[in-house]
Amino acid sequence: MTVLLDPTSERSPTIRPRLPRPERLDGLTIGILDIAKARGDVFLHRLGERIGERGIAVKHYAKPTNTRVAPLPLRQQIAAEVNLVIEGLSD
Amino acid sequence: MTASLPQNGLVAVVKRDCPTCELAAPVLGALARDAGLTVYTQDDPTFPETVAERIDDTGLDVSHRLKIEIVPTLIRFEQGREVGRTFGWDRGEWERLSGVVGLGGDLPEARPGCGAKNVEPGVIERLKVRFNETGLRSRRIEIGEDEDEQEAMYARGWSDGLPLVPPTEERVLRMLDGTARDPQEVLGLVPPALAAATVEKVAINAVMAGCKPEYLPVVLAAVEAVLEESFAMHGVLATTMFVGPVVIVNGPVRRRIGMNAKGNALGQGNRANGAIGRALQLVIRNIGEGRPQEVDRATLGNPGKLTYCFAEDEEGSSWEPLSVERGLKSGQSAVTVFAGYGLQGIVDQKSRDPESLAKSFAGSLKTLSNVKHAPSCDALLVVCPEHHRTFKNAGWSKARLYEELYRLCEIPGADLVAGANGIAEGGPPTLAGKTVNKFRPGGIMIARAGGDAGMFSGIIAGWSAGGPRSSLPVTKEVRN
Repeated sequence: MTVLLDPTSERSPTIRPRLPRPERLDGLTIGILDIAKARGDVFLHRLGERIGERGIAVKHYAKPTNTRVAPLPLRQQIAAEVNLVIEGLSD
Repeated sequence: MTASLPQNGLVAVVKRDCPTCELAAPVLGALARDAGLTVYTQDDPTFPETVAERIDDTGLDVSHRLKIEIVPTLIRFEQGREVGRTFGWDRGEWERLSGVVGLGGDLPEARPGCGAKNVEPGVIERLKVRFNETGLRSRRIEIGEDEDEQEAMYARGWSDGLPLVPPTEERVLRMLDGTARDPQEVLGLVPPALAAATVEKVAINAVMAGCKPEYLPVVLAAVEAVLEESFAMHGVLATTMFVGPVVIVNGPVRRRIGMNAKGNALGQGNRANGAIGRALQLVIRNIGEGRPQEVDRATLGNPGKLTYCFAEDEEGSSWEPLSVERGLKSGQSAVTVFAGYGLQGIVDQKSRDPESLAKSFAGSLKTLSNVKHAPSCDALLVVCPEHHRTFKNAGWSKARLYEELYRLCEIPGADLVAGANGIAEGGPPTLAGKTVNKFRPGGIMIARAGGDAGMFSGIIAGWSAGGPRSSLPVTKEVRN
């Protein structure tokens, strides 16, 4: 294990904090990522419909296979197009 | 390990890679056999073969605890306390400490020892870390076994965009060897967070920037300079304009640390120039939390906000160095910081007299910021050796050039009025009929740098209106 000395003013925690949750979803775009588990698409499609009914923009994405991490172009596309992501993690 | 040291008797610390230890090996053997000597070996546990039971101290724990500096060292303990010590081979001393006479009869009377392994650079720092003796107060950040150090540093936002040298405790200790100053001395409060810049925190950032320990005094002086109120570092950082601190180094430290004042002085390729300027920027970023698109509101910024540092070419100059002009003594090392940006070249390959060249310089200076602006920003004029030669041969002092440039930078107010010459930018109609100088008095600063060939001087433009209304240049002595 490497130990480094903190070069900062030490006003932030050492562990990078998660991005803050948005207070409201109005005006944001939500990505829905199907990781290609069986029937995940059905559940996520319905979830997208419900979110859409609230007037919130939704974009759907799918991984080619659940056995590998999402390809870089897909991750970059999602990061560029949406403000937050919902993904199904298992069946 | 210290507990294993004998309560009473003799201890020797040796290493094979030491001719004096080799020389004394028969004496060590005799004392081990007849006088209860315990021998610790720093490098090769099979040395010395003359001693039956050597103790392996390749980990250097005992050597460090005993503060060994030279090998061989012979120490006498009584009731757990050290009562005598000698270094190197010295028959009289060894006989006195051991109480045995006639030692090493065929050896020379005395022979100096060698440096001990535990105080070698790189080793002493590791031992201090292991024994928790660093005195460093900064928070420790543990990076996981499988984590990439560079990625971990990027993820924490420490980088200016380029890879960093990981600031391990050992490296920071070595960096602090570059100064005699107390690591906890506070140089000032770094904006915008107004967090304390201790020597230790600056050293950490200097490590990350790629500095050698001998650069640290220059970095410390540069940090002190930008933290002077008159430099207005918060404003220099927060402005939407282009500027960042430009560091000009004078005095003997330039050559001592191998700075470049010659060809490509303002460019890439010299470690000291590059790393010192970068360290200053990392201090602003990491201690001060001054980051682009946060408090740093620069519209475009400039590439010098990665690093902007060069040495003045004092050798062969007929002009006093910038630091001397600004009040320091000749021969004192110094930094001057200037809030500046970019580089506007002045190409003049035909002027052979100082009058023509000064007009050339003034013509370029008058365009800074906007041709319609006067008084405008301050300017740092970097005169190349070939241009300097023209002034030198004509007997023009630097003061004379300042005077002539200021006179040549008078502009008819009519040209500066908003809308004049088809340019909406400009000043009020009341300027018409007046004459306005492009610069405030003292708004031009001259330094000499560059390769011996090429009639290419340069202008580094300053910030905003210049002078006390924005940022004033600051000069600080480099202290060790």
